[in-house]
Amino acid sequence: MPRKDKVLVANGQGFWGDSLLGPIRLCREGPLDYLTLDYLAEVTMSILQKQRLRDPSKGFATDFVKMIERTAPDLVAKGIKVVANAGGVNPLACKDATLAVLRKHGFKGIKVAVVEGDDIYGDLDALLAGGETLANMESGASLASVRARVSSANVYLGAFPTAEALDAGAQIVITGRGTDPGLVLGPLIHEFGWKRDQYDLLAAGTIAGHIVECGAQCTGGNYTDWRAVPDMAMIGYPIIEASADGSFVVTKHDGTGGMVTQRSILHQLVYEMGDPRNYIGPDCGADFTSIHMEEVGPNRVRVNGAKGTAPTPTYKVSISYENGWKALGQLTISGPDALAKAKLCSEIVWRRLAYDGCTFSDEEKTVEFVGANTCHAGIDVPHASEPAEVVLRLGVKGHDKAKIDRFGYELVPLVTSGPPGVTGFAGGRPHATEIIGFWPALLAKSKVSTKVSVFES
Amino acid sequence: MPIVPLSRIADARSGDKGEGSNVGVMARSEAAYVFLKGALAPEVVRRHMAAINRGGVKRYEADALRVLNFLLADSLGGGGSASQRTDAQGKTHGLALLRLELNVPQSVLDATPE
Repeated sequence: MPRKDKVLVANGQGFWGDSLLGPIRLCREGPLDYLTLDYLAEVTMSILQKQRLRDPSKGFATDFVKMIERTAPDLVAKGIKVVANAGGVNPLACKDATLAVLRKHGFKGIKVAVVEGDDIYGDLDALLAGGETLANMESGASLASVRARVSSANVYLGAFPTAEALDAGAQIVITGRGTDPGLVLGPLIHEFGWKRDQYDLLAAGTIAGHIVECGAQCTGGNYTDWRAVPDMAMIGYPIIEASADGSFVVTKHDGTGGMVTQRSILHQLVYEMGDPRNYIGPDCGADFTSIHMEEVGPNRVRVNGAKGTAPTPTYKVSISYENGWKALGQLTISGPDALAKAKLCSEIVWRRLAYDGCTFSDEEKTVEFVGANTCHAGIDVPHASEPAEVVLRLGVKGHDKAKIDRFGYELVPLVTSGPPGVTGFAGGRPHATEIIGFWPALLAKSKVSTKVSVFES
Repeated sequence: MPIVPLSRIADARSGDKGEGSNVGVMARSEAAYVFLKGALAPEVVRRHMAAINRGGVKRYEADALRVLNFLLADSLGGGGSASQRTDAQGKTHGLALLRLELNVPQSVLDATPE
């Protein structure tokens, strides 16, 4: 029996680095049942794993704790629940920090749950020894070929553990790696009691989650006809008004900027899309082409008809590994003749390096003239041949760290030993930083067990 | 037939997918969708984006959404943190495709809002 007719689930953070105002305003400017927050990208997992190796109390999204501190009065007063993948590779430490900040401000008895089981970094050798290959989904190569350089390994968990945490009374659920749509699907499973074999309902929740997972990208952000978007500065973050039958209305709080239309939602539906008929998630497959959209009021679009299929027997695994070194620097070159001078600067750098025995292949080099049509290279655009000024971006990559660092010495000298009008060297000398490679793989679901624990402030 | 940029009859959004990117092209009318299904072959997109994308182009059709989804296989200069390009995530690839100039029948233009 569903707990309520309608459940309001918002996304206040599309990625780690999104505006602080998303969650703050969602808590403040209108009704809300659930606030979901996404902090994890593939590269983030690797960075967090390294932080934890250096300090066992680290390895999670510290911004989340600050966000809880800032929004706690509203969360408590309004009974808003929070689901966030802020746990990174250390959800228990994230829980400790969250409880500490709640206690510091006198919020007692708040239940904070942790979902574990996604992090298989420590199990890799046992899995490989047990016959799992964790082969690269694109190249087919066995993980054994890069095993020594692996820096993180996480399964994309489904939404049922989050629902279990909410069933246990949690107000804040902290997970590690899960799918982004699962942040929304979890609360809907909990509220409506959806079952594991109700694939159409799970697909509806997955599609709802996909629509809001990048925050304001479905309310007018990154929208083709940008002039038509009202008050982008105060853009509203998206809210799913969900019903137990799997239909939902995409909306935003009254008075906020941006817009919710079929067209704004379609923009997000196609974002990072593969085969539109077969979106593969851990809990179900979803057919994005099955939905019907209808504008039922200002900034209200009803979505229904979602069709789903049974999930696959495997989880997707995101594995990161150290894959060499890179360095990048930039200078600004003013006109007249900005582009011609920038091209000369680039040639000078490569020739000086070659004199010192340091050469790079075209594959290893990045040469960009920002302002002279870098983003749309090869496509005829106006004013690209004679820009007023150009930002020269030069980069190199490879496996020899010393060589990458050597490159860094030859960029800034152009200010005094190149053509006139070279400036903007504020970043100083570029240094080698690590390249993180990604290794997408599959793992049988039977090899992964999840654990939900509930704590109290 | 008038020559117009793709942006006259369609919207687009792009993002990263592994070492490549996807560009979702959203036709703004049924007439525009039917026209683009014929005119916007993967090879047309591959040639237009050849300096950005070193790999092949695969197309998915979603008739019910009036969407053509293009997967560019090698368009980021290395995936993830290996890309040193300004647009390492293919965020601008949608706008790049919308610059494509096409011969569009007047009837399609008439049926498609600007």
